[in-house]
Amino acid sequence: MQQCAEAAPDQGAASRVYPEVFAPMALDQSFVGRSYPPTEPYEVGREKIREFAEAIGDDNPVYRDPGAARALGYPDVIAPPTFVFSITYRAAGEVIGDPALGLDYTRVVHGDQRFAYRRPVRAGDRLTVSSTIESIKSLAGNDVLDIRGEVRDADGEHVVTAWTKLVARAAEPPAARDGHAEDARDRTTAVGAGERV
Amino acid sequence: MSDVTTPATQGREQDAVGTPAVRPEYAAVEVGVALPTQRFPVNRETLVRYAGASGDFNPIHWNERFARDVGLPDVIAHGMFTMAEAVRVVTDWTGDPGAVVEYGVRFTKPVVVPDDGVGATVEVSGRIAAKDDEERTVRVDLTAVCDGRKVLGMARAVVRLP
Repeated sequence: MQQCAEAAPDQGAASRVYPEVFAPMALDQSFVGRSYPPTEPYEVGREKIREFAEAIGDDNPVYRDPGAARALGYPDVIAPPTFVFSITYRAAGEVIGDPALGLDYTRVVHGDQRFAYRRPVRAGDRLTVSSTIESIKSLAGNDVLDIRGEVRDADGEHVVTAWTKLVARAAEPPAARDGHAEDARDRTTAVGAGERV
Repeated sequence: MSDVTTPATQGREQDAVGTPAVRPEYAAVEVGVALPTQRFPVNRETLVRYAGASGDFNPIHWNERFARDVGLPDVIAHGMFTMAEAVRVVTDWTGDPGAVVEYGVRFTKPVVVPDDGVGATVEVSGRIAAKDDEERTVRVDLTAVCDGRKVLGMARAVVRLP
């Protein structure tokens, strides 16, 4: 979670300048299709939903008032559409942190996010997430990883699927950092990075 | 938190708690129609709250020194915060957030949030882009702009209507 950022600055400037020297080691394609075991259940609480709704400034009563939720046909308060990301991203962390995959998570930023819902997440749900690596690509020196998270409830019923695209930016070459015109710009490619040459 | 800056195109009114008095019906929705644009202010307090509520404590969202250290111009908003706000153009319109069946965005530009007592504002507009008669769903294409720059790409929500 802590290395997820959304900045999308100039991509791979460094590797375009020095492609033959600094071409990054591509991630192992054999990880495509790999699935990770379901996470321990996350229990969705009314107060957590309320807290999230307040944080996004959304006063829709269906997030707070069980009566309002029942009036729309739900058994309890429901969560805003993006609430479930907190749960799926935690699950994706197991993939990102898998030492066998070898992703440098200090260089990872969030590229795309998509959800497909069978039903809204609601208070009382006990949700598990099964993550699968859908694709691994190398674009302009960056590793691009697509992770699918299948979210199921305690009965094993599908609730929502989350697709998360993560981009691990190419490591910048040490040479480019000495007086290179693009140095300042290049620094933005390492959002969240403590790992500076 | 937000104010409607353009008039509702279908005579929609909101009651005190934000639920539309008139919920849109599938048959009455026309492709090409714009949904009410909304403006979402975001300041440092907003980001601290969102960090706590979402569990995303990446310091680029609250620590100016850290953000600059990794080459950002300043603290930036969580992309997922912007994503959460953008879909409100849809959920405020339908009144039923559980009717969203699909939602996706691309994070194209960061929302920079200066500590200047003002912060930033994300303006989100939406347009009915397609209807699916079989599923009784409509696709809403969203545009999110901050400082004159699009901060989301391919922002689309599919919602089922009664």
